[in-house]
Amino acid sequence: MNDKKTATGHSKSLFHSDRANDWCAGCGDFGILRSLEKTLTAIELSPDQVAVFGGIGCSGKTPYYLSTYGIHTLHGRVLPFATGAKLANPALTVIAVGGDGDGLSIGAGHLVNAGRRNVDLTYIIFDNGVYGLTKGQASPTLHYGEQTKAMATPSMLEHINPQMLALAAGFTWIGRGYAYDVAQLCDLMEQAIRHPGSALLTVLQPCPTYNQLHDKDWYAGKDLDDTTGRLYSLQDEGYDPLVPPDAGQATLDQKMLQCLGAAQQWDTRIPTGVFFHDLNKPRLLDPIAQRHSGFDIATPAQQPVCDKEGHPLACLDTHFEALSVRTRNIER
Amino acid sequence: MKRHNNELAWRIGGPQGSGIDRLANVFGRAIASSGLKVFGHREYHSNILGRHSYFDFCISPDPLNSHRETADILVTFDAESLCRHLLTVADDGHVLFATDDADVALDSLAFLDARLKQDISAMFAQSGQPPTIAGLLEQVRHRGVQPVPIPYSELLAALAHECKLSRHQAGRAINTLAVAASAALLGLSNELMITELENVFGNDPDMLSLNTRAVARAYDFVAEHHNSASASQPWLHEQRKVRETLFINGSQSVALGKLAAGIAFQTYYPISPASDESLFLESQDPIPLRNGSHAAPLVLQVEDEIAAASMACGAALTGARSATSTSGPGFCLMTESLGWAGMNEVPLVVSLYQRGGPSTGMPTRTEQGDLQFAIHAGHGEFPRLVLASGDVEDCFYDAMQAFNYAERYQLPVIHMLDKALASTSQTLPLFRYEDKKIDRGESFSNNDPKATPVARFALTSSGISSRPLLGQDNAQHWLSGAEHDTYGQVSEDPVVREHMMEKRMHKLQQILDDLPAEEKLNIYGNETARFTIITWGSTKGAVWDAVKRMAQNDIEVRAIQLRLLWPFPTEELTTLLADAAPLVVVECNYSGQLNTLLREHIERGADHLLIKYSGRPMSGDAVFTALQEIHAGNGAPRRALHNPNE
Repeated sequence: MNDKKTATGHSKSLFHSDRANDWCAGCGDFGILRSLEKTLTAIELSPDQVAVFGGIGCSGKTPYYLSTYGIHTLHGRVLPFATGAKLANPALTVIAVGGDGDGLSIGAGHLVNAGRRNVDLTYIIFDNGVYGLTKGQASPTLHYGEQTKAMATPSMLEHINPQMLALAAGFTWIGRGYAYDVAQLCDLMEQAIRHPGSALLTVLQPCPTYNQLHDKDWYAGKDLDDTTGRLYSLQDEGYDPLVPPDAGQATLDQKMLQCLGAAQQWDTRIPTGVFFHDLNKPRLLDPIAQRHSGFDIATPAQQPVCDKEGHPLACLDTHFEALSVRTRNIER
Repeated sequence: MKRHNNELAWRIGGPQGSGIDRLANVFGRAIASSGLKVFGHREYHSNILGRHSYFDFCISPDPLNSHRETADILVTFDAESLCRHLLTVADDGHVLFATDDADVALDSLAFLDARLKQDISAMFAQSGQPPTIAGLLEQVRHRGVQPVPIPYSELLAALAHECKLSRHQAGRAINTLAVAASAALLGLSNELMITELENVFGNDPDMLSLNTRAVARAYDFVAEHHNSASASQPWLHEQRKVRETLFINGSQSVALGKLAAGIAFQTYYPISPASDESLFLESQDPIPLRNGSHAAPLVLQVEDEIAAASMACGAALTGARSATSTSGPGFCLMTESLGWAGMNEVPLVVSLYQRGGPSTGMPTRTEQGDLQFAIHAGHGEFPRLVLASGDVEDCFYDAMQAFNYAERYQLPVIHMLDKALASTSQTLPLFRYEDKKIDRGESFSNNDPKATPVARFALTSSGISSRPLLGQDNAQHWLSGAEHDTYGQVSEDPVVREHMMEKRMHKLQQILDDLPAEEKLNIYGNETARFTIITWGSTKGAVWDAVKRMAQNDIEVRAIQLRLLWPFPTEELTTLLADAAPLVVVECNYSGQLNTLLREHIERGADHLLIKYSGRPMSGDAVFTALQEIHAGNGAPRRALHNPNE
């Protein structure tokens, strides 16, 4: 465990930051932040091995509240920033966080391409159905006809299903947690971080200020006869998401169909846990490491540029030669 | 064959996909290997196959800086090329064309622009000639233009027989027949052509055999039918000592400059005319290093230019020398990341290949229309450095230097280029980079794990803080696109805001204080002359050539090429331009964007603004003519250069 002692003698995570937090009381973000801090500590990473990239919105502020490399990027662009850092320095553990509007609306193109690239990073979408920081507009996961308190009229758009989108895009680890189930969330975060490809973890969370429809009571199923609540764990019911490294097409098809089935469930029974876990798909960093000269010697972050005198190390003789012409004397 | 001003202008036209680009390259290299200087200019449509493209080579024993708008020898094998360029052939020039095309009616040419058809029709209406290729040739014959009909069909049929190929397969060598026939007319040794063909087709024995035989046939044909034309061209074979010379285009030059600088990461999204550079860069793997190791930049094609700029930023944060390369429409998408890089003091290099805008504009044509955009791109105020290359050689050294600026001042650097530079290929002396200095800026180190997190944005008098990297030991820090304190934590405190704005924006003054004058501008011609031209970017070549010709005509002119466009070198220009009369501003755009900057910063605009916005680059000839008019007192305050035949 990486702990640091505080003045009062309490053990605190090395990743803990004392910065004042300006999220609303009761916000699901707190559960996610706590889980992330616990997970990073539990898997014994050092703060200078971890870079947390945030999008824009309440969730995007997460990097400020962790003591590690924390990068608050642009709305929708968190994945390209994170991917650039990971490819240039693959030794970094890279985590991207952002809201559902950030990742599924303005950043949807990057989400799709991040899945396609299958770079080893973890993307956590804080899913609360609203744009909180701009005061409660409908976000892409809000369902058709739903009306949260700041909306003038019910939503006229169908929602986006993040699990389905992630599956189609090629994410190789797809999971869903709940902000207030910290034990499960820590487990999911650890799996996602350890997964060697692109991982998408969606975290359902109440927005106590703007989303009165999906509050803690709703997730607890207080409006239902069933007192176990809406949420259940796929793995508790024996769901096996794994596509092993040597799997054939039939296994892949079956696991994808299974993922689609689980992704479709909503309303009274909402699955959490791991939906899909594919170890069979190519990862961008593999061909890069194989094909790029010197990648095994120095990653882009470490690439030597100049000697001690500050002169270029690159030797371009052969490159120039290919573009050179030798003048010849022709006897007539 | 007569030359003008000791230069010979060679032009080949043909449909895209017919290989004229490749064969023009062979021809250019062959000419260069004879010891002559070559300046190549390429025009093409935004199209894969069939539309017209052409390639100019200006050839001279002396260094050349721009193309010519007239052709001393026009090489064609299709009717459309003949229609488009016949009127630009010099009075005593030669025209190679397909014998079979003589009866082609102009109306049958689907890709000929309606405007051009109208112009030609009007000409026919006056002359009474039939509206065919033969009629068109008749129109120029009285000017002394010499037609050189080439029976391509017969030559190809013979070639097919000789190589045991179908007529269709042999047809692929029509470009080689055309180019070789022109080379023979010029008196260029066929050995030089064949050596360069081996260079291009070395891996494909069948194509090499076909093309070599095509060269032989073309030379035989010319010897038999046009011996007089090739009788004596001693200037093509000036005896010189054997030496190496570069034959390189702007895209390649930029890529090699980046490699010399140690670029480790480049992103791009496909776009004309910028992508050539990224593709070339990627193909240069491996790069040997002087320490015995080797490396290669990671070149990545990504989903869009937003991702390209963001990803390059992400990589730069880890310490990799990072760049992205794009053109106007892509640069539009990069502006938010540019602002982020300014806010977070990220050394990001953006190679911006300007093309005709706005919107899709003219993807394969040139313009210097993005100067004001590059200077102002992004909302709010943040420092950036904008430098512009004027020629293919500048492209190399500027691309190399861009990384030094980016890391020294920790800001985005926009390296301005354009389509004209990208597709200009020319002979140049070998580039010397081994003794150039690499400047990685203020590095950060911390041996005390307890002294973290670190203040990434510590306030300093220069505005530049030492730069911790993502993944560096004991260097944990925050970064934010939101206004932030010295630790990178979001802050809306008014005093913090003021300090941070001052810190960042001070870099602009720091740059102006630090950089020597020669990194800000170049002066050419007579430095004491009052007649002053000021230009930036790829118009440099045309201006240099025009100044040279003015001097040959005993008119002393001074030309200034601005290299540093932002921060604007106000002080140097104020001094330099104090007694300028007349002041001529030359640039390829509509509004005179540099002129606007001059008015804004030194309160002195052009007496004569010389512009061009047709999507084609300026030539030395056109600028020279305009300068002569200005010198004679006939210059207009604003003069746009035109050429309907480009």
